[in-house]
Amino acid sequence: MSQQELLEQLKQDIEAHFQGAVVNTELPYNFPTLTVAHAHIHNVLKYLKENERWNFFFLTDLTGIQTEDEKHLGVIYHLHNFISNNRIRVKTFFSIDKPEVPTVADLWSTANWMERETYDFFGVIFKGHPNLKRILNADEMDIFPLRKEFPLEDQVREDKDDKMFGR
Amino acid sequence: MAKNLSVKKSKIEIVRAPDGIEGQGFFATSLDKVIGLARKNSLWPLPFATSCCGIEFMATMASSYDLGRFGAERLSFSPRQADLLLVAGTISKKLGPTLRQVYEQMAEPKWVMAIGACASSGGIFDSYSVLQGIDRIIPVDVYVPGCAPRPEQIIEGLLKIQELAANESLKRRDSQDYKRMLESYGIDIK
Repeated sequence: MSQQELLEQLKQDIEAHFQGAVVNTELPYNFPTLTVAHAHIHNVLKYLKENERWNFFFLTDLTGIQTEDEKHLGVIYHLHNFISNNRIRVKTFFSIDKPEVPTVADLWSTANWMERETYDFFGVIFKGHPNLKRILNADEMDIFPLRKEFPLEDQVREDKDDKMFGR
Repeated sequence: MAKNLSVKKSKIEIVRAPDGIEGQGFFATSLDKVIGLARKNSLWPLPFATSCCGIEFMATMASSYDLGRFGAERLSFSPRQADLLLVAGTISKKLGPTLRQVYEQMAEPKWVMAIGACASSGGIFDSYSVLQGIDRIIPVDVYVPGCAPRPEQIIEGLLKIQELAANESLKRRDSQDYKRMLESYGIDIK
């Protein structure tokens, strides 16, 4: 089965179980990628993990993203089926004003730290997460540093000025 | 023939005595100079090495460059027995409180050397997560530039520290100026 066929079949099967769940499908670099509606994300991931046909039982990665218009945040899940050796990518997007998404730590224990990291850097609130607190940055940090609204550079630095470094 | 038998002068040079009055059976000098001499030649460094500058420091300690030549070969991995804090590498903001705690645990007199651009100013890591120079949290005596500095530069820095240690007044650490300086870094004086 080609990656194109896999993507088509996935889309049809998910649509059959969850009406209106698949918002978009892409195949960048021959990598099946599905964008799933925010309301369905937990159910779709649970289905992909537990359904015997798909059997995507391994969560390779979970990370956050901010869209170009800076008004939406997203969460990206990388799933892997070891037996058929198929990998897929599932994305979901939601408003930055209410950055909430259901946790998948109940499905994959490995998601626990990944979700903490995504919270740490993007401020995504994972509803139902058992221990949602910062994991890499200093506890007293009051920003979510990878969001575009916060400057990347440290603002106290004095040895760089506009003339020399174009700050 | 007899001239050729003269003993060659040894290449090894030991520490020279400070200026003083010498006579038969006695030598008089000031206590400051004697203590300065002892401190200068028996610095116990604590390497707080976090990254590539730490690798250069390892080379400095090893046989080719040999920090033992300057009496500083006894590394102390406990701050309680260290005189010289060598901060080599990037210090993140999360690590800052730990570094300060290490500094506070060191007994007086103590000196601090910032090795490399990151410890001195944050270096290339102009970033939300990196401390922009350790002098934002603890006082620094000598800055060694470079990314990373070569062992020769680190030795030069150590020689500068030795100079400070040798010439420091014994009263300095008890002075009001010194206390005020520590207070300006928010370090408690017990």
